[in-house]
Amino acid sequence: MHPVVRTVLQRLGLGLVTLFVVSLILFSSIEFLPGDFGEAVLGQAALPETVAAFRKELGLDLPMHERYWQWLKGMLTGDMGNSFSGRGASGQDRSRPVVELLGPRLANTLFLAAMAAVISVPLALFLGITAALYRNSIYDRTVNALTLTTISFPEFFVAYCLILILSSFTKIFPSLANVGPETEFWERVYLTALPALTLTLVIVAHMMRMTRAAIINLMASPYIEMAELKGTPKAEIILRHALPNAWAPIVTVIAFNLAYLVVGVVVVEVVFVYPGVGQLMVDAVTTRDVPVVQGCAMVFAATYILLNLFADIISIITNPRLLHPR
Amino acid sequence: MNSERRGEKGEILLEMKDIVIDGFSDDKWHEIVKGVDVTLRRGEIMGLIGESGAGKSTLGLAAMGFARPGCRLTSGTILFDGSDLMTTSEADKRKLRGSRIAYVAQSAAASFNPAHTLIEQTVEATVRRLGKPEAEAKADARKLYRDLQLPHPDTIGDRYPHQVSGGQLQRVMTAMAMSPRPDLIIFDEPTTALDVTTQVEVLASMRDIVEQYNTAGIYITHDLAVVAQMADQIKVLRYGETIEDADTRTMLSNPKKEYTKSLWSVRSIEKAEEESDDNILRVDHVDASYGGGVKVLDDVTIDVPRGHTIAIVGESGSGKSTTARAITGLLPPTKGQVLFNGTPLPPMLKDRSVEQLQKIQMIYQMADTAMNPRHTVRDIIGRPLEFYLGLRGAERDRRLLELLEMIELNETFVDRLPAELSGGQKQRICIARALAANPELIICDEVTSALDQIVQKGILELLLRLQRELGLTYIFITHDIATVKAISDQIVVMLEGRVVEQGMKSDILAPPFPDYTKLLLSSVPEMDPDWLTNLLAQREQEGGLASAGN
Amino acid sequence: MSTDKPDITPSNEAELADQGFDEKELADQGYSAAAEVGMIKARRTLRENIWRGLKSAPPTALFGLGVITIYVFFALFAPLLAPYGEAEIFDLSYAPWSDEFMFGTDQLGRDILSRLIYGAQNTVGIAFITTLLAFVIGGGLGITAAINNGGWLDNLLSRSVDVLMAIPSLIFALILLSMFGANTLNLIFIIAILDSTRVFRIARAVSLNVVVMDYVEAARLRGEKMFWVLRREILPNIMPPLVAEFGLRFCFVFLTIAALSFLGVGIQPPTADWGSMVRETAGLIQFAEYDITAAMTPMLPAAAIALLTVAVNFVVDWFLHKSSGLKE
Repeated sequence: MHPVVRTVLQRLGLGLVTLFVVSLILFSSIEFLPGDFGEAVLGQAALPETVAAFRKELGLDLPMHERYWQWLKGMLTGDMGNSFSGRGASGQDRSRPVVELLGPRLANTLFLAAMAAVISVPLALFLGITAALYRNSIYDRTVNALTLTTISFPEFFVAYCLILILSSFTKIFPSLANVGPETEFWERVYLTALPALTLTLVIVAHMMRMTRAAIINLMASPYIEMAELKGTPKAEIILRHALPNAWAPIVTVIAFNLAYLVVGVVVVEVVFVYPGVGQLMVDAVTTRDVPVVQGCAMVFAATYILLNLFADIISIITNPRLLHPR
Repeated sequence: MNSERRGEKGEILLEMKDIVIDGFSDDKWHEIVKGVDVTLRRGEIMGLIGESGAGKSTLGLAAMGFARPGCRLTSGTILFDGSDLMTTSEADKRKLRGSRIAYVAQSAAASFNPAHTLIEQTVEATVRRLGKPEAEAKADARKLYRDLQLPHPDTIGDRYPHQVSGGQLQRVMTAMAMSPRPDLIIFDEPTTALDVTTQVEVLASMRDIVEQYNTAGIYITHDLAVVAQMADQIKVLRYGETIEDADTRTMLSNPKKEYTKSLWSVRSIEKAEEESDDNILRVDHVDASYGGGVKVLDDVTIDVPRGHTIAIVGESGSGKSTTARAITGLLPPTKGQVLFNGTPLPPMLKDRSVEQLQKIQMIYQMADTAMNPRHTVRDIIGRPLEFYLGLRGAERDRRLLELLEMIELNETFVDRLPAELSGGQKQRICIARALAANPELIICDEVTSALDQIVQKGILELLLRLQRELGLTYIFITHDIATVKAISDQIVVMLEGRVVEQGMKSDILAPPFPDYTKLLLSSVPEMDPDWLTNLLAQREQEGGLASAGN
Repeated sequence: MSTDKPDITPSNEAELADQGFDEKELADQGYSAAAEVGMIKARRTLRENIWRGLKSAPPTALFGLGVITIYVFFALFAPLLAPYGEAEIFDLSYAPWSDEFMFGTDQLGRDILSRLIYGAQNTVGIAFITTLLAFVIGGGLGITAAINNGGWLDNLLSRSVDVLMAIPSLIFALILLSMFGANTLNLIFIIAILDSTRVFRIARAVSLNVVVMDYVEAARLRGEKMFWVLRREILPNIMPPLVAEFGLRFCFVFLTIAALSFLGVGIQPPTADWGSMVRETAGLIQFAEYDITAAMTPMLPAAAIALLTVAVNFVVDWFLHKSSGLKE
């Protein structure tokens, strides 16, 4: 088998194993609920039979491995169970399927993340590469100090600063991102501007620093010095000698930061009361609504793992040592 | 175009005057090169020789008007074919580099871009800077590959750097330098990383090709014997200053300065061998492998005579260091055993008794990494005194001073950290640490190869004296034949994990030789400008033995 | 701490040449080992080192050090410095800034300034303890794995860490908090364990660099016990990089805890904590037009968090720059 194919398959396998382990952890979270959680969910006045029915619905009467199998099958077929909320003590059940809660919010979250990514990726790459090429210049030092400061800020601090400046005082953007299913595209962009800007600032700082470090590392290679000693002009050194070897580090940086977006989005959604997965998850954690937590966490973890997997695969297929084996 | 540019032989091509180059360290600028002059005529090769820190590479790069990051060309003039590279613009210098002045780096593996094929990189400057049609340039590159005796010259260029061996890469790099037919090539230690048998081939092909195209060269190295084969004149540098300047033959036959002579000082000691039947250690039919994979030792049997020195020689990958690991128990043999004073040693390190460990000590190649940078000399030598002999306090300190005296150092060194010692002193402390255990056998793994010649000589003389006084036995692992001659009684030659030969020094170093021993011995450069020429002629006669090393 | 380590870089020809003056004529005078002057670095006492370091420190690092000192001071003497008690409730909720309540009161009528000062103790203290715990767990396991390099234990630990790190830590923390319940003790353990994966990687990598050194092999060949090797040979050499890492990890832990507290699942009331304070008073930001000081109230704890992380980052950046021996 070609080494590239073999390595890619290995990584895919590793990704699957990781997802499996994540699913195990998520699944087992129901085990850690206290014994009286049925009462907690259904209320103090819950009838014993209601509690029993609830436990049966969760499959708590089945052996663990069987229950895991059911749960996994559900996850894979898009059935994540029902939320704990909306259940009454007397047995009436107004709870909604997790998928129904998650679906529209996932679309919102992806929209926000995509918006932040579209602005931040080109910007960060530009800043990082130029800072590396003009290393130690005033430009480099300034960008460096600014980004170091920005990555030190908690997301909510950046968010409230932006709200103060761009919303409270100047009224350019709304401070609450109230989007609904009917909001049309440009209206949505306008409403999402501040959360997206917050994410952008945070991501650009991280990404720019990582890009700069990767490029500096690359430019210190002896073959770059050799190119210089062959009289190669600077632009050509970068395009012909550095770039073909830069894909792997740059893609890794991008993927890492897009994955970071997944995390950053939680806090930002809460600040701007944005109806996304992050806020849903935080609410669910507070109320210990396990099925919803499981669903949200699975979505986040899968995105994160897939992005990293994607970066791995790109760096494998651009590695000349693997592409042209001995 | 090229022939037009190439002037008469004898015309001055490069004239560097009063070159001063600064390097930045410890928050200050320091002079690395302190006013050196270089004059090079067309078609001539100059050898720049010196030990580490002499500033020879820095000076070589300055001939291209180039300073590495952290260095700057401070003053002087660099006249290359009439124009001063100190004052010409970066753009004009770029036009010279890679077309009229080319560079061959020490580490070929790192200096080739992993993303392009060899031939693309070979013709890059010729096609992109000089505008030669690509097909023509590539045809010429293949011709150069052939001239440089690369295998499969027509197809090797389509490979990627990681797909060919180090010796081949070094030759491809020479082809790359030669492709635009430059007036001048800077060779920066091009064979230092190669094994001796490979070095001979690379040297021969490099010499032929610069001769064939009448190219001038600056050849930078620390090995006088190597440069003697290549250069018409030699400049000896030390701490950024010229020590001596002369044409090659004069320099070798009649060096003016003591320092120049010290550059081959190891060759001036030679131990008179002694025979012995009393063996302290026997490596008995040992096989070993890393992680159950390929055998790295294959049926190795070595007898080590008590109170004498046995040298294990071989090229990288021959299994000489692995043999040491098998003896010390770091790599337990998969077959066979190690007998010490007639009794078998437990194969695993952890199963050996303190007494067994105490009797066999080890000294490493890199004294820098063999001492904990945060321990003082007192800690380093004191620990084995405590650990093996139970000495403490004043008693320990008294013994410590005795040991320091034994290695020709004194009490002022007791509280120093390794960073406060010179290379030779570090290695002496390592020797003292081994002596502290009162060992019977010391394994010396390339202990002198990282040191400058004069320091090497001092260390070797110390080891010889200690052997006489204390009756120590040494296993001396080395690839350097001069060191072998200096210190050994017996020699073991290893190749690919097997023992090729074991015997008295005089037997091994005299004919008749088995093929490999002969190849190995004959490949060691000698202090004779005609050595390479004679060797090649001789090999030619005997029918292409030169390729046996591949 | 970093200046007394050997500073031998490949491009050190300058230093060599500089000190070579004394031995220029060495060869002519005959050779003597003790007279051989090599690459010798002046030895300085710890106090001299600190003083020299401070003198050459960039303004950003000095600023960082100053800020950290002030925070530590407030954290240590919070009960003496705060005008009111941590959870003391007054009748007036959301009181404006005044002489009595310098930064006003919160939704329950607690003095913001006092809570800010106690927050230094709680927020910083909890983050510090958590980081310390993460280092004890991750550092210990990392070094163990490095010593066991390639063995089953190393493989088991490394693979487990790979999997744990494949889940974003904030999300993982949320999952675990929902499993075990959100309280301060759980928070400390959960974050410490999650963060110890990062510490594990670093500790393993730096120890691996040390473990392969000949001096560790020499100690093993001497017959030294594993614990001795660890304490005497490995630990002193991995401290500088781990100290820098401690700063970075502290920032990360501090921000994570602040974020969780902000989300309401971190440090729980009535403990005064900056992250929770931001959440509790966030609504005031709407009134920026009418009362700028009110809008500033949630910004104060947020800025307190930001300022400390900036300060630590500045110091770490300087430390890394110094110990990497970067030559410009």
